[in-house]
Amino acid sequence: MPALELEGLARRYGERTALSDVSLSLREGQTLVVFGANGAGKTTLLRVLGGLLRPHEGTVRVLGRELPQERWALRGQVGLLAHEPLLYRELTATENLRYHASLHGVAPERVEHLLARLRLAGREREPLRTLSRGSVQRVAVARCVLHEPPLLLLDEPYANLDPAAIELVEPLIGRTSARTRVICSHDPERGLAEADVVLGLRDGRPALLASAPDTSPAEIAELYR
Amino acid sequence: MSAETATPSRLTDAPGATHARTGAAGARSMRAVLPALLRKELLVELRTLQAVPGMSLFALSTFVVFHFALNRGTVAGDLAAGVLWVTLLFAALLGVNRLFVADADQGGFDGFLLAPAEPGAMLIAKALTLLAYLVVLEIVAVPAFGLLLLGPSLGRALPDLIWVLALADLGVAAVGTLVSAIAVQTRARDLLGPLLALPLLVPIVIGAARASEPLLAEGHVGHPAARWLLMLGLYDLVFGLIAYALFDFLLED
Amino acid sequence: MHPARRGIRSRIGTAELAVATVVTLTAALALVFFYAPLEAEQGFLQKIFYVHVPLAIVSLCGFVLGGIFAIAHLRTRRAVWDYRSYVSIHISLVFAAATLITGSIWAKGSWGHWWVWSEPTLVSFLIVFLLYATYQPLRFAIEDPERQARYASVFAVTAGAFVPLNFIAVRLSTAYLHPRVLGSTSNLPGPMALTFLVSLVAFALLFATLCSFELQMKRTRAHVRALRRRLSFEGAASRAATSSRSAAPRLPATAPRSGGLA
Repeated sequence: MPALELEGLARRYGERTALSDVSLSLREGQTLVVFGANGAGKTTLLRVLGGLLRPHEGTVRVLGRELPQERWALRGQVGLLAHEPLLYRELTATENLRYHASLHGVAPERVEHLLARLRLAGREREPLRTLSRGSVQRVAVARCVLHEPPLLLLDEPYANLDPAAIELVEPLIGRTSARTRVICSHDPERGLAEADVVLGLRDGRPALLASAPDTSPAEIAELYR
Repeated sequence: MSAETATPSRLTDAPGATHARTGAAGARSMRAVLPALLRKELLVELRTLQAVPGMSLFALSTFVVFHFALNRGTVAGDLAAGVLWVTLLFAALLGVNRLFVADADQGGFDGFLLAPAEPGAMLIAKALTLLAYLVVLEIVAVPAFGLLLLGPSLGRALPDLIWVLALADLGVAAVGTLVSAIAVQTRARDLLGPLLALPLLVPIVIGAARASEPLLAEGHVGHPAARWLLMLGLYDLVFGLIAYALFDFLLED
Repeated sequence: MHPARRGIRSRIGTAELAVATVVTLTAALALVFFYAPLEAEQGFLQKIFYVHVPLAIVSLCGFVLGGIFAIAHLRTRRAVWDYRSYVSIHISLVFAAATLITGSIWAKGSWGHWWVWSEPTLVSFLIVFLLYATYQPLRFAIEDPERQARYASVFAVTAGAFVPLNFIAVRLSTAYLHPRVLGSTSNLPGPMALTFLVSLVAFALLFATLCSFELQMKRTRAHVRALRRRLSFEGAASRAATSSRSAAPRLPATAPRSGGLA
């Protein structure tokens, strides 16, 4: 069963088309990297796949569940790493993660385990607003993988992370995590390296859809013209 | 809208981590997630102190304003009931305004929607939170009212007054949570909240003020007429159900 | 008929409704002035009853209808129900304002005051009016059209449920002050009852006509916008893509925008 099956997906924002005619298929364990200028529809696509936005047209099947009818069944199956960390600034890392752990039915020990792995132990009792952006991003990664979802949706995951931090999160959200991933990226070189399938969006429409080995960074740079 | 079975996860790196308390169905029940939601609400409020102190202080200031506006040293009977309930109502609106702000601004809705938690749980948690705010408000405001403005003694009125407060609070909690959720995602959230809430809360003011009138009367203290308590109860029931039925539609994007 | 035009015209044409309305309204006016007897106590002023009460009834039904359409919108997510809900509430609000004005005139004539708190219907209407007056500001404060429609529907359902509760509450609170005069429609003698009924039908038809007209206007505007979009920057590529689909225009899921407050 493919992890993702999209056929003619369209999503409007009023009269503006946010996404139009997006069709693709992604097998389990594969990585799809989405490129496109700001406003091209990458974040919209991610939110549709996460069940947060309804598709207006087309069929969308995520992990075998058809959206929007079965979006309730999808809850807890997806890990979303968005532009915002989706964490409460006044709460500490531990409190935030314990809260999400409880929502997902994950044992509290896992929270400690992840905090240790991400070298956040020591700052986990301070409110998030006192932490650096990089640290907050790491906590967000922990939130994302807390419940071990089969599908990861990552919106520019390596932004705000220094190379040491990237190494720390790699086994959780990188290739070695062996999960199905959809990544939004602005970095053609790095993005291509991670990808199995490449999707390029321009004004909500797919301008490029190919397997990664068949794509060159130059083609991706075209999308931004 | 029932959640279906979640596929069991593959545990790769966590030592001994298991999915606790999901049961066979996969969807986390209200009983499982409600404590976590309430705990989060309590923590955020304690750290920011955005709602409760403001509401209480506002009530106290309003009593002072009433003293000067009405040009009276004491009030009793229907005037007392009016002053008390108007003050409580407007202080409650301050709490209503703050209820969803942290969630709207910091991605709380998304975080909740991604989890296999029953959607009604957020409504119940928020309504209980607002209820808690109101209770704390009343613990401060009602004695202050007795001290500053009420002519007759508060003690005789208190046992029955608590019933009236409880019934009114339930209605305000139900409607307030619904209105707050609507208003928070709009451009003029601080304005629309009170604007939407005030007409909707008029029946509560009617019921609560009329019920409190005999309790705050000079001389002989009566009992609240049953019709007002019944009306408050009916209102609580109807709007509780409506809020529960409609809340899901406000959550999604 | 061209599919596009068929889509825009409602089943019962606006023109037919308008004609029916004019006929009935004229009949009602004639009955009010020439047929209905003068009431003993209040004299000529009482005739405003034939305008005030039908306005009130139609307005209330309109609000409840707006709530019902909103439920349909929430269940089916089809924009057409949102349009209907919006229009019902919009016209009902106008009728509610008219109810308040005619009620005020009657109060001035009967009791010498432009406003009386002792009349529960009037008071309830004031509250309902204040509530529904927030409907349009609410809509305009939400940019995303789909969310706007959804939130407006939630509001419409809540407000629709509120209307009866509000009437009960206000009625209870004024029960002991004055006997109701304005609202009583029972025990009407024959000629008065007939006049009242005709008037009621007339105002109901007026409501339906105005709704139909506004709906048509909004649908046409949405249609024009959709056409304009297709002809604009999307250009040749999109024209090729759309030519393979059906010729009937698909209206976008936009919430209607009132010209007056835009």
